[in-house]
Amino acid sequence: MGVRVLKSGMADSLRDAGRFGFQHLGIPPGGAMDSVAMQVVNILVGNPIGAVVMEMHYPAPQLEFNSPALMALSGADFQATLDGVEIALNQPMLVPTGSVLKFNKPVSGARCYLSVKGGFEADEWLGSRTTNNFAVRGGYQGRNLQKADWVAFAKPFSYEVEEPAVMPWTANVRELYPQGPCYLIPGAEYELLDAASKQCLTHEPFQIATNSNRMGYRLQSAPMHLGEYKECLSSGVGFGTLQLLPDAQTILLMADHQTTAGYPRLGHVASVSLPSLAQLNAGDNIRFQLINMNTAESLYAAQEKHLRQLKNACNFRLQEYLSND
Amino acid sequence: MGLKKNVESKIAAFSSDNLGLTCSVEKPFPYRIYPIGDQAITLDFGNLIKDEINAQVMALFYWLKEENLHGIKDIIPAYSTISLVYDAPMIRKWAGNGSVYQYMEQYLTNALQQLDLLALPSSRELRIPVCYHQSLAPDLMELCQEKQMDLDEFVSIHTAIPYRVYMIGFLPGFAYMGSLDERIMAPRKQTPRTHVAAGSVGIAGVQTGIYPFASPGGWQLIGQTPMTLFRANDDQPSLFQPGDLVQFESISIDQFYQLKNKAS
Repeated sequence: MGVRVLKSGMADSLRDAGRFGFQHLGIPPGGAMDSVAMQVVNILVGNPIGAVVMEMHYPAPQLEFNSPALMALSGADFQATLDGVEIALNQPMLVPTGSVLKFNKPVSGARCYLSVKGGFEADEWLGSRTTNNFAVRGGYQGRNLQKADWVAFAKPFSYEVEEPAVMPWTANVRELYPQGPCYLIPGAEYELLDAASKQCLTHEPFQIATNSNRMGYRLQSAPMHLGEYKECLSSGVGFGTLQLLPDAQTILLMADHQTTAGYPRLGHVASVSLPSLAQLNAGDNIRFQLINMNTAESLYAAQEKHLRQLKNACNFRLQEYLSND
Repeated sequence: MGLKKNVESKIAAFSSDNLGLTCSVEKPFPYRIYPIGDQAITLDFGNLIKDEINAQVMALFYWLKEENLHGIKDIIPAYSTISLVYDAPMIRKWAGNGSVYQYMEQYLTNALQQLDLLALPSSRELRIPVCYHQSLAPDLMELCQEKQMDLDEFVSIHTAIPYRVYMIGFLPGFAYMGSLDERIMAPRKQTPRTHVAAGSVGIAGVQTGIYPFASPGGWQLIGQTPMTLFRANDDQPSLFQPGDLVQFESISIDQFYQLKNKAS
């Protein structure tokens, strides 16, 4: 039971919530870029929130279901179709054997997530099933998906499905993605910025450059400088750390970030804003707004609460449908 | 708060002196604590490469590992800092009325106050064969010329003392070691190489290190080890651990290829 990759996409990989506990050995967490979309697709099909999902960029893959499944899509809208019929994001769907899932054009967002009930089967490495392309471990043989790969389901789906059927409920994800500016917690070297650079950080756009990826977004903006140059020793950094490079431009570290780095840390994107950030493409602009720790914590707590409520609601609806679950 | 008591009982267990401990750590150095996001915090002893400071970082690392506070996802020791990555919603459950960050700040402060009672496990000593042959050391001849030093002298200085693994970062298993004798120090390359061979031994400033994987890199390359530094299939995939002492040993090009063949 599983899906066959009929045509590979640009960078499709299997992801979970990340590999933690090994950053002291230089091994990055490398979980899903958009953790909200990963959780939403899992919630929609009744999986644990960190079950293995497929993360897809555009061009996205073409997939054939070789067995019935309960599936869901969330995150970027790539205009998905199942056997030619357009299907919606954020809605669980029963699909019969032989169905072909295609993505036709990038409408919005950067990363689309696919879940199946039971999760995808993936290699475990150091306590996680997320792909580590560098060590070639985890996920699907430690690499991105290729044509003809067979991605199995971790648990068989034991229902017969005659024809595609959309479940009559939708997850409202709008409140899970804060609109407007990207919230930033000031970093250890923020105060060293000269006045003009501080002004720039919160008033100018930062454009995502083309050489951006899961490791980091290169940002283009008006140049920024420290009032007094500071050489930093390498120390721990994280998903969302905004660093000032020697060329007066910045880099924003993403899910596959280095575990340590030595450039001045201007700020750290608040957890609540990371999923929105993960849905931006090269050429998009980011505007930063500084927030304090209490605000960052309460916004994130609210996002988590919203996800928990969604989970409860979905489990309730699912149980009505899949009674022996 | 219940935290303090918990800390004390752990200390009692830890100082029972059955862990083969050697060097004890003196009073804490001046430090500051700051957030690196809303789910990570850093304790910083100043921007310094110093064995005593790094020893304190490692003492804290082992103490925190032992403590194993639920909700801490990663502990990242570096030269003079230690960073904790935590699960804010989980810590929230016992953080009381203050912020999760305040709870973590207090937790680290308390941990540090226990440090003068603590001791470090003795450092492991590792001997690492390195071949300094020109064919494996693309920057060595130029460095020797700059420093007006012959190759043997350079090698004997690089292999004269054991280096401390201050931290691991950049790549899985990449050990930042030091400190170099100032006679052989050199800055990073102006333009980083796009390809550095796996096993390459590099130097940068006071640091020396080995690239565990082929990767881009900006350090000056002075040799290569035939050893495999990162074995993904092992439970403990990195040969080096923070706190190790590493002694380089010069080997010939013939020995290099013999060992390399044996390793693969």
